[in-house]
Amino acid sequence: MSRPPTSDGSTGSPSGYVLPAEGLGELFDALVRRGYTLVGPTVRDGAVVYDRLSSPQDLPVGLTDEQEAGRYRLRARPDRAYFGYTVGPHSWKRFLQPPERVLWRAVRDGDGFRVEAAPEEAVRYAFVGVRACELAALAVQDRVFMGGSHTDPLYRARRADAFVVAVQCGQAGATCFCSSMGTGPRCTGGYDLVLTELLGGEHRFYLEAGSPRGDEVLAELPCRPASPEDRQAADQAVSRAEAQMGRRLETQGVRELLLRNLEHPRWDQVAGRCLSCGNCTLVCPTCFCFAVEDTTDLSGQVAERRARWDSCFTGQFSYLHGGSVRATTRARYRQWLTHKLATWWDQFGSSGCVGCGRCITWCPVGIDLTEEVAAIRGSDGLRSGREASGENP
Amino acid sequence: MSSLPLDWSVPRPAVVLRVRRETQDVRTLYLRPPEGVWAFQPGQFNMLYAFGVGEVPVSVSGDPGHRDVVVHTVRAVGAVTTALARVRPGQVVGLRGPFGSGWPLQEAQGRDVLVVAGGIGLAPLRPLVCGLLRHRHRYGRVAILYGARTPQDLLYRDELQRWRARFDMQVEVTVDRAGPDWRGNVGVVTRLLPRAGVDPAEVVAFVCGPEVMMRFAGRELEALGVAPSQVFVSMERNMQCAVGLCGHCQFGASFVCRDGPVFRYAEVRDRLWVREL
Amino acid sequence: MKTLEELLAEHPFFRGMRTDYIRLFAGCASNVRFEEGAYLFREGEAADRLFLIRQGRVALELHTPQGVAVIQTLSDGDVVGWSWMVPPYRWAFDARALGLVRAVSFDAACLRRKAEEDPALGYELLKRLVPVIVERLQATRLQLLDLYGEPKGRVLPSA
Repeated sequence: MSRPPTSDGSTGSPSGYVLPAEGLGELFDALVRRGYTLVGPTVRDGAVVYDRLSSPQDLPVGLTDEQEAGRYRLRARPDRAYFGYTVGPHSWKRFLQPPERVLWRAVRDGDGFRVEAAPEEAVRYAFVGVRACELAALAVQDRVFMGGSHTDPLYRARRADAFVVAVQCGQAGATCFCSSMGTGPRCTGGYDLVLTELLGGEHRFYLEAGSPRGDEVLAELPCRPASPEDRQAADQAVSRAEAQMGRRLETQGVRELLLRNLEHPRWDQVAGRCLSCGNCTLVCPTCFCFAVEDTTDLSGQVAERRARWDSCFTGQFSYLHGGSVRATTRARYRQWLTHKLATWWDQFGSSGCVGCGRCITWCPVGIDLTEEVAAIRGSDGLRSGREASGENP
Repeated sequence: MSSLPLDWSVPRPAVVLRVRRETQDVRTLYLRPPEGVWAFQPGQFNMLYAFGVGEVPVSVSGDPGHRDVVVHTVRAVGAVTTALARVRPGQVVGLRGPFGSGWPLQEAQGRDVLVVAGGIGLAPLRPLVCGLLRHRHRYGRVAILYGARTPQDLLYRDELQRWRARFDMQVEVTVDRAGPDWRGNVGVVTRLLPRAGVDPAEVVAFVCGPEVMMRFAGRELEALGVAPSQVFVSMERNMQCAVGLCGHCQFGASFVCRDGPVFRYAEVRDRLWVREL
Repeated sequence: MKTLEELLAEHPFFRGMRTDYIRLFAGCASNVRFEEGAYLFREGEAADRLFLIRQGRVALELHTPQGVAVIQTLSDGDVVGWSWMVPPYRWAFDARALGLVRAVSFDAACLRRKAEEDPALGYELLKRLVPVIVERLQATRLQLLDLYGEPKGRVLPSA
């Protein structure tokens, strides 16, 4: 079972295979045999989160999610689908850029100090169940952490080792808008293997490899070559998701739109609802900001430097001796949205938003960036505090 | 457990050679470079680490021609800067850098040079002045305008005296408030601009001070006919990683730590007028 | 030796003004000099002069129970004194020479009279004085911010 390897998954026409649903465990086993730590979707506290997996039974089997702005619920499905939901509050960034980690430790040494090696462990992860929007998010974070003059060595190491099992979305959620962002729903590259779960008739997976590593694993699975019908069914599954896309964001000229509307009254309006809680930044698969914190142990002999996820919605984030540069919620929301959709282009050559919809679902007050952008577009050029009131002064 | 290579986040120990008291709350630290010698561009900054307390960005204030010492002028305003201002010779601080962009002094070759400093803003400009005095013949008229809070808050007093004594540059000092003993100027530094004796069409201006002061200086320079492309400012934002990864120092699309701190005024002018950007 | 008219025409305050106007203003002017420590005027006295500094530095000072505070210094090219425009025509500060000061002094009553007689000339004078006042006010506002002072609690948090 071999085919020409494709490094980015976009060249050639990869031949597809079919894996019976019962064979999913064999994929898990093949990855474990290769020394990977498997992580992927599982249910905790009523939500699909990403955590260690030991068998396909750890997946949210037979469950789906209902999402709306500020709302998330799990529901039973009529079938035994393994991947019959969209994305939850977690994203893969938590494994590549852990929420909190020690960068180094230092020990007092006479008048000085001695820095010891970063104690972080280089884990080899296999990500199981990566969606198209998440592949795009990984590519975005790759540019952030590995694309510049300075890189994050932990991210780089874990990313280079990570085995990516992508899953095509067979359905889209109400807060999804990946098709607007050009990131999905179809996975087109950036994976080692890609599965499409086929539920009609025989419960099975349509499989393609996207890398030599993927080829090797595929070769060990109890697959059969896909028939034209299998291929068509897989194609239709993604088309169905495309048709279900719950939200839409007009991206035409959005960078310029936002940058010329920094004083738009909509920012005041959204600031009246936003709690500045930072949920959107935590669930966002591309938000990368981290705080650097220094501490010592009680004896004062051992110091540590830690990196911890930070959010541009906190007051500390923009702290400059004496106060915050962005003291108001208005300024913080504007920073977040303009960074995602506008200045990200200047910094990294792409949008910082992949259309996954997490920030909409997990916003406690249901703020919806697609709605915010549409509102600004609908009254382009309006300036806050400049509305005429009364007739004569 | 496999260890990852140590990276940009790790400070190297630098021994404090000397501490100079500039004012009541400002000290200049002379550090031995961790590698024996080092080099930097005027305008760049280092991250200084006080063991266990934390790390802050501090611009380099030394003469770029002196490669055997790292000079920093620190004002005690927070926990880390207070710890740094209290160090004694022989103690060790952590150092990593230099980071960021420098003052493009080469753009001023053959032209007049105007240095406008406010408060601690003279600290990042001192290396520029040292650098231009080293090759004084390359530049036209040179003027340094420096505003401080009170006569007691003036930095580098001996050096200011030496600069003033030179016949090949103009040094004007002004303070915000003073008693009757002060024989110098009282008023904001921007008031000195019209009297700087440089040609607006020929000058390259280097400005550093509080953001409000830079905004007004930029506007005043424009009013005097200096092109915004010939003015450089040094921005300040919360900086934690210093290498454009942690995200804190964003100023519009720029990461101040990596794309700045020195910017061409023409590039940042519009952003300076946007509140809380 | 330059004539007063020539001195005025060179001063930034009069730069570009019609020569017949300069001649009229010169009719109100005289050359003055102040030795170090001398006062151009003192707070509370009748404000009857406008000064154009040709050379030297003048401190605007205010006496307080804690001593003398220098509010601002003015030097070559600056205008000193506009209390003569606003009733009750009293100086609000002391103006003290910080060294030898050479200036042109105008009789305020003469200026007011000529401005009343010829409003166009009066307007020309105001067009030159108002920007000076505005510039001075803006500089004073910046000074009020105490930009180089202790950062904490200096600026009110934005609403």
